[in-house]
Amino acid sequence: MNTTLFAVRLGLARGWTEFRHTLTSKADLGSYLLNSMVFLAVLLFMSGNDMENTALAGTGVSQATLSMPGTLAVLLVFGGVLSTAQLLATDREDGTLLRAKATPKGTHGYLVGKVVSVSLMSLMSMLVLLVPSVLLIDGLEFTPAGGLTLLWVVGLGLLATLPLGAIAGSLFPNPRAVVGVLVLVLMALIIVSGIFFPISMLPGWVSWVAQAFPVYWLGLGLRSSMLPDAALVEEVGGSWRHLETAGALGAWAALGLLVAPFVLRRMARRESGTSLEERRRKALQRVG
Amino acid sequence: MAVEQRFEADTGVRPSSSRPPSADAVIEVRDLRMRYGSVDVLKGVDFAARRGEVLALLGPNGAGKTTTIEILEGFRMRSAGAVSVLGVDPAHGDERWRAGLGVVLQSWRDHGKWRVGELLDHFGRYYRPYSTGAVERPRDTAELMDVVGLAEHAGKRVQTLSGGQRRRLDVAIGIVGRPELLFLDEPTAGFDPEARRDFHDLVHRLSDLEDTTILLTTHDLDEAEKLADRILILAQGRIVADGSADQLARRVSRDTEVRWTRGGERFVHSAADGTGFVRELFAQYGDEIADLEVRRATLEDVYMAMVHRHETGAAGGEPGFGEENR
Repeated sequence: MNTTLFAVRLGLARGWTEFRHTLTSKADLGSYLLNSMVFLAVLLFMSGNDMENTALAGTGVSQATLSMPGTLAVLLVFGGVLSTAQLLATDREDGTLLRAKATPKGTHGYLVGKVVSVSLMSLMSMLVLLVPSVLLIDGLEFTPAGGLTLLWVVGLGLLATLPLGAIAGSLFPNPRAVVGVLVLVLMALIIVSGIFFPISMLPGWVSWVAQAFPVYWLGLGLRSSMLPDAALVEEVGGSWRHLETAGALGAWAALGLLVAPFVLRRMARRESGTSLEERRRKALQRVG
Repeated sequence: MAVEQRFEADTGVRPSSSRPPSADAVIEVRDLRMRYGSVDVLKGVDFAARRGEVLALLGPNGAGKTTTIEILEGFRMRSAGAVSVLGVDPAHGDERWRAGLGVVLQSWRDHGKWRVGELLDHFGRYYRPYSTGAVERPRDTAELMDVVGLAEHAGKRVQTLSGGQRRRLDVAIGIVGRPELLFLDEPTAGFDPEARRDFHDLVHRLSDLEDTTILLTTHDLDEAEKLADRILILAQGRIVADGSADQLARRVSRDTEVRWTRGGERFVHSAADGTGFVRELFAQYGDEIADLEVRRATLEDVYMAMVHRHETGAAGGEPGFGEENR
C-alpha cells in the first residue's frame, strides 16, 4: 500500500470531518450567517445607487449589482488567506500540528485535510451570500457560460489564496498577530481592487498596483461570470480579460505552491513540546 | 577502587557506561550533548532501556528532561553523541520508525471540536499500513476507550472533557498504534487519585502484557517508585543516578531507620543492618516492643540528596555517585 496516497485519503476524510464540525457548531454557523448578513445589508444599502455619475448610468447595473460578485471575491480571499493562516497558527498553538507530526504520515493528512476543510468553508460562506443575493439583487445575469467561468475562477482563486494563507500562518508567531496584520493588508487591497466601486475611479498608478494582486483578478473574474456585458464600460480595456485573469491567478498559485512547502516544512520542523509549552504559557499570561 | 567494587557487588548498581550493550536495547544513548547558543543543557547523558522496561526520568525543572525526550522522539536535533531508538538514529527516522513510537505530551489542547471516538478512529487509521502479523495496528477504538475509561464519553466533544479525561484521551491516542516505545511527559498531572491508579494499572498492563517500553517523566516520586523498573535522575545536564528505587535508596544511605515504642516511650535507631537489629531487639525485649516501623531511605530522600549534591556542585566524596563513577 502506498502510504502517502493512504494518508492523502485520510486527509480528505479529515477535511470533510472538520468542515462538518463547522456546520454543527453554533459559533461557526453564526459566523457564516453573520458574514453573509453584514455583506447583504451593505449590498442592499447600495442598491439605491444606480451609478448616475458613471458610464453605467441607465444600464440597470446598480452599485449593488456591481459589488455582489466582488463581495464573493472578498469572502473567497478571507476564507483562502485569512482562515487558512488563522487556522494554521491556531493549530500550531494548540498542538494539532505537533500531534500530526507524532503520527506516521500525519502531516500529509493534516495538510490535505486543511486544504479540503478551508475550501469547503470558503465555498459555504460564498453560497450563504450568493443564494439570498440572487433573490434580492436585480441586474445579475446567470448563464451556463457564466457558471463555467464561476467554477474556474473560484477553483483558481482557491489555488492562489490557500498557499498564501499557509505561508502567512507559518510565519506569524500566533493567531492574534495573523489576524491583526492580514485584516489590514486585505482591507487595503480590497479598497483599491475595484470591489465596491469601479477601479477606473482610482488614479492610474493605484489601479496598476491593485492589478498585481489576486484580489482584483478574483473580483473581475466573478463579475464576468454574473454581470451583463453592459457593465464592461467601467472595466480596464472594456474587456473581461479572461486570459489575463487565468494568467494572474495562475501565477499567484504557482508562486504560492512553490514557496509554501518550504515555509511549511521549516515551521513543522521547529514544532516540539517545548515550543508548544512556551506558547501555552504566553497564551495563559495573556488571559491572566 | 576496592571500595567501589565491593559497593557494586553489594548493591548491584553499576555505572551506566559500563553496562554491556544488549541486543534488545530499545533506547541507547551515549554521551548525548545539547547546547543552545552558549548554554550546555545536556553535558554527556548515557543510558539505555531494554524491551518492556519502564523508565522514569526525574529531575528538577530545567535539568534537560524534555530536551532529552524530544531528541529521542526525533523532534529535536542533538549537538553531539550517539542515540539509537528502536535501532534507528531519531534524526533520520522514517515513517515506519515513527509508527513504532507513541508520544504523550502535557500541553495538548487540540481537536476540541472532534468527538472522542471519532478522533481515536481517525488517528488509528494512520497506523493501518504499519500493521504486521505480530503487531496488529491500530487498536480497536471501542476497546481502547474501555481501557482508558472513556467509553461513556465516546460521543462527547473533546473540548467538553475534564482535564483528567483530556489527558486520558492523549494517552489513548499515544497508544492507538500499539507502539513499541511510549513516551509519557508527566502523564498524571491533574489526575484524581482514582484516575491515577487506573493509569498506573494501564502502564503495568502495557509493559507486562504487550512488552511496551515506556519512558516517562514525572515530578511525583511516589509514582516513579510505583511504576518504574528503573529510575534515572537528571541534574545539571547529566544522569546522576540510574537504578531501581531500592538500589538508589541504598546509595544515599545504607542505614535503615528503626522506630518502636517500649513502655510508652518512643525510640529511633539508625542501623546498618536493620533486620539484624530488629532481631536482637525482639530477642531482648520480646512482647514489650510495639509500633515497630522499619524504613529505608525513600526515593524522595535519594532525589533530594542527589539533586542537591549536584546543584551545589559538591559532587564527589562517596563512591557510586556522578562523574566519579565513570
